[in-house]
Amino acid sequence: MVEITIRKRPREDAVVTQRKFFKKTARGKVIKVLRERYLRDDVNCGIQRCSLCSLDVEPTLPPLGTQEHQALSFGHYVIPDTNVFLAQMDLIESPLFKTPIVLLQTVMEEVRHRSLPLFNRLKMLMRTDEKTVWVFYNEYRSETAVIREEGETPNDRNDRGIRKATAWYNSHISLARPPIRNQPKPVLTTAVLLTDDVANRQKAEAEGLKAISVRRYVEGLKDANQLLDLLSVKGEEIEPTRAAAPRQALYPEYLPTATVLAGIKAGQLHQGHFNANQYNYLEGSVNVPAFTKPILLVGRETMNRAIDGDIVAVEVFPESEWKAPGDEVVDQESTLKNDDAEDSDDEEGEDDVEAAVELRIVQKEGTKRPAAEKQPTGRIVGMVKRNWRSYVCHIDRTSLQSSNPGSLSQQTVFATPVSRLLPRIRLRTRQAPSLVGQKILVTIDRWDSSSRYPEGHFVRALGQVESKEAEQESLLLEFDVPYRPFGKAILDCLPKEGDAWVVPPKNADDPEWKGRDDLRDLLICSIDPPGCQDIDDALHARPLPNGNIEAGVHIADVSRFVLPDTPMDNEAAARGTTVYLVDKRIDMLPELLGTNLCSLRPHVERLAFSVIWELSPEAEIVNVRFTKSVIASKEAFTYEAAQLRKDDPNMHDDLTKSIRLLNDLAIKLKAGRMAAGALNLASPEVKIHLDSAESSDPVDVEQKQLLETNSLVEEFMLLANISVARKIQETFPQTAVLRRHMPPPPTNFEKLKDVLLKRTGRSLDVSSSGALAASLDQCIDPNEPAFNTLVRIMATRCMLSAEYFCSGSVGRDTFGHYGLASPIYTHFTSPIRRYADVLAHRQLSAAISYSPLHPSLHSKPYVERVLDVVNRRHRMAQMASRASVEFYVGLALKARGISGTVTEDAFVIRTFRNGINVFVSALGIEGLVMFKREIQFDAENYTVSVPSPNDGAPTTISVFDKVRVKIDVEKDPNTQRGKVKMTLVSPVNSASL
Amino acid sequence: MSSRVEILNDGGYRSDGRRQYELRDISIDLSPRGTADGSALITHGLTEVMVDVFGPKEAKSRGQSVHDRATVSVEVGIMPFSTGERRKRNRGDKRVLELAASIRQTFEPIIQTSLYPRSEISIFVHILQQDGGLLPASINATTLALLTAGIPLTDYVTAMTCGVHSTTSLLDLTILEENDLPHLTVASLPRTGKVTLVTMETRLHAERVTECLKIAGEAGKILHKEMKKAVEARTQKLAQAMEMAPKVAVVGGGSGGVGDVEMEDEMDT
Repeated sequence: MVEITIRKRPREDAVVTQRKFFKKTARGKVIKVLRERYLRDDVNCGIQRCSLCSLDVEPTLPPLGTQEHQALSFGHYVIPDTNVFLAQMDLIESPLFKTPIVLLQTVMEEVRHRSLPLFNRLKMLMRTDEKTVWVFYNEYRSETAVIREEGETPNDRNDRGIRKATAWYNSHISLARPPIRNQPKPVLTTAVLLTDDVANRQKAEAEGLKAISVRRYVEGLKDANQLLDLLSVKGEEIEPTRAAAPRQALYPEYLPTATVLAGIKAGQLHQGHFNANQYNYLEGSVNVPAFTKPILLVGRETMNRAIDGDIVAVEVFPESEWKAPGDEVVDQESTLKNDDAEDSDDEEGEDDVEAAVELRIVQKEGTKRPAAEKQPTGRIVGMVKRNWRSYVCHIDRTSLQSSNPGSLSQQTVFATPVSRLLPRIRLRTRQAPSLVGQKILVTIDRWDSSSRYPEGHFVRALGQVESKEAEQESLLLEFDVPYRPFGKAILDCLPKEGDAWVVPPKNADDPEWKGRDDLRDLLICSIDPPGCQDIDDALHARPLPNGNIEAGVHIADVSRFVLPDTPMDNEAAARGTTVYLVDKRIDMLPELLGTNLCSLRPHVERLAFSVIWELSPEAEIVNVRFTKSVIASKEAFTYEAAQLRKDDPNMHDDLTKSIRLLNDLAIKLKAGRMAAGALNLASPEVKIHLDSAESSDPVDVEQKQLLETNSLVEEFMLLANISVARKIQETFPQTAVLRRHMPPPPTNFEKLKDVLLKRTGRSLDVSSSGALAASLDQCIDPNEPAFNTLVRIMATRCMLSAEYFCSGSVGRDTFGHYGLASPIYTHFTSPIRRYADVLAHRQLSAAISYSPLHPSLHSKPYVERVLDVVNRRHRMAQMASRASVEFYVGLALKARGISGTVTEDAFVIRTFRNGINVFVSALGIEGLVMFKREIQFDAENYTVSVPSPNDGAPTTISVFDKVRVKIDVEKDPNTQRGKVKMTLVSPVNSASL
Repeated sequence: MSSRVEILNDGGYRSDGRRQYELRDISIDLSPRGTADGSALITHGLTEVMVDVFGPKEAKSRGQSVHDRATVSVEVGIMPFSTGERRKRNRGDKRVLELAASIRQTFEPIIQTSLYPRSEISIFVHILQQDGGLLPASINATTLALLTAGIPLTDYVTAMTCGVHSTTSLLDLTILEENDLPHLTVASLPRTGKVTLVTMETRLHAERVTECLKIAGEAGKILHKEMKKAVEARTQKLAQAMEMAPKVAVVGGGSGGVGDVEMEDEMDT
């Protein structure tokens, strides 16, 4: 049984043991606090074989101290002052610094107060085996406890405590080894006070103590040369503890709303979405219509608390102050490593240091850069609309004050958002220790001008980092994908028969058959990716007696089931699209419809909406007809299966023939489209192999292969979409649901053109889509087949994204689809997974007088509103699936990394002052290679010169160069966020750089 | 600032220099106060509680009296100056009522109420200073006040808080520790080891509960020794005083007798 005792404390001691002070709460109330402490005589000195101290703990200090010092011939320990840890932590951490350290409680607490990150480093130091550190709890030992005297600053009190403890150590040692008569007086081990505070040193010497500055001490050590390098300059001049100053505003205040609105109206201010820069957290930009280039914002103050996605009002500086965007990668985490989450006054000391670092970075963003690169530069003066939402974050471990899992105390910690575009969020929570290593959802509450970081609150935990559920949910939340299960009201809209629903037998009077063509006899088949359950489309083709060909595209008749203005319709409109993650599909429509009743499965009768053309053998449209129909698909092929069937010379059945016929037509259609100037763009697409449906552990990643049949389906879908677009635009010129792709402004291509010209001598003609397509075709490097793809990917990134629009809302001349080089386009072919297609179905159905048009689709504002939502959802869904792929690529890499390192070929796509951005085509991922050492950077020629490790000639790396990189997945130790880290392997190994 | 205090540092010291099983200083004052039949002042660390006991006496209203036993009423007053932030709590404050109810429930089975039918025993608890362990200090002081009032109890009641920091249990929490740690308050009968009250306002891991209960019970025994010492010292003083005073009829003996003497004194006046 444990021993329970009562700590007796004489009443008279109260002067020493009780401490009374006043504290100001966050609300400004002043509270009187009374604390007591119990002084004791059993605090261990930590010296081995000490005769005076109890032996309940294992002491670590060698009895003779260290003797490896030139100036101090006697054995000694060092007792460092607080300033040593605050300024010279690198030195103390060095394995070459071997002197036994007595760490005083006073010092430790002071470090804790001044900087938590440093305190955590100190704690790590105490745990390492190479170091001899003994913590002496001087504040609890009766001889060494000090109380603050009248008029004494806390700093002076601590210094006095440190001196008192040093003196105690020396007397304790001499008491423990009393001189024995007839023997020479033993040489006693000494405790030496190590401090850079001159005043403290002088006082110590006056009291007869040994005191020495860090520099002088290190000079006498054995490895002085190496250790002196670690000395930080900061420690030379010691600043006294600042008195708590009132908190200063770090950011300028926003202008009042009325002023902002007036300014925007008058053209003095500009309004736009704020875009953070993912490579440099000190830079952002705002796209405004008044300038062709986005307005650049450099530095924290000019970005003035804007968060990615906010709508802000910007004031543009005069042209003489315009700057070029930075060419350096600035990582928030590494720059602000030692920033402190606690919102107290002593934060400001560190603020200054970091502010200086940031200032240096900002200033380096040269004004010396060529004028052509300069962009309009400005600052944010007002906030039009905050677009804050919930963010998925990780808790930063170093910002924790107490990592004890049972602790219930309220702590202020940093939450690092998963997205690199967002600043860290300051969070107050009582459950911080249990949230470390989890993904959590955080909402931003406010960002005051006096606060460096936004403040937020914890919403809920999503689960352990890297657990699939947590990652999946965090993806969906991060991209704002609605993923709740369908509610009862929605499910009530499904046919009552459930999955037993069938097309009723043919009967002219049956409402189901009214106006429908019976196409059950046609040889219709579907071609889809493997494992596809929601089959939207099926095709057929047959020769006509007149030598022409009849080709048909049959699309699932979703509008038969999803009726306008029902709960199911509203939900589908809100969801906008089905989202495909690697291991999950978030449906737009309930599963019964999506994968069963609407899905054009083989061998069953299904309702369809058909587009049937009469095409000439040259694939010119002779005639087109739209009709609701009933079909029975004969076969559901995968792309591969269809390809094999088509290529198999032994197959001569009608179905195969019809595939061949379709294929021939598709080739001609494609040729026609290309001739018209359609672009063949590329995006990095990879395929994830999953182990099995249950475990869903990724086994490997490979690039997606495109077969001829892919193109077959694509061509006919495009044809159907274009035909439908024409029809509905004719019938409903005001409200037709169309899709367009705006031509990109030529300035978007400037950079790419310049790089191509300088690096490869090729020019890019971007005057029209046809010209671009032609010059992209020219970009071929015979030695490097992937080069063309790379250029295409980069060109794609310069373009705008396609969008849905309402035909009455924009001018007729802007209907065009740039990428497809089609004057008009819509989406009709995937109504199961896209809501815009459902609208197009309804409009087409009304256009062929099959059914009346619901009044909502006659209203321009309604269509605009719905399409706005759909556009946003569409964009988010794309990003979510990309992020999901990235996550799985990461997992696969990790799995591969266990058996050995992963090295892949990569192309340099961008150069920075301190790193390069590479693209790994085999994995479809991008990564940064950072150089720690200084490298030569030639912004003009997009080149960096890396000194080779053994001081040889520098290696030059430029954009489009092929390099080999080693890819690791490493976890950020603080936030547990998985990160893909790349290092160069060839032409030069960057591991040491 | 307060969040920056380490509850238990690596050296095994708590923020006030105690180790995990060390209780704070306790001083007990049992001197009589005013017209109270029994009173006790306990200073436990920086927590200070004064308890006055009146009774057994006739119940204030007939409606409250019970025909076969005495009723116990507890009133708690928290002095506005007892915390750093001056704050007045009314009598109806939920927290105060709860404290009173806990004390009443603890003592109802311990006081031999059946000896005093149709009477009332009133306990007034005044909290003069608080620094954690409010309920235990109140319970301990009530035990002592009841004893000095000469009300027969089946046993002492001793109470103690026990908290858990990570996996180590800590005894006798200060307010700082109470705010941070899950903890439970245990009132037990030191002689039999029976537990009369366990309260917990935070969540505590099930595996830690038995350990906490055991250690808090052990601590109760230590407290018992301390309280007994104080009671004995007081009795001794009284006995000495009586020897010197003019002869008064002594009925019975022991501590119960002392109470009787006082009652007679009162009746004389």
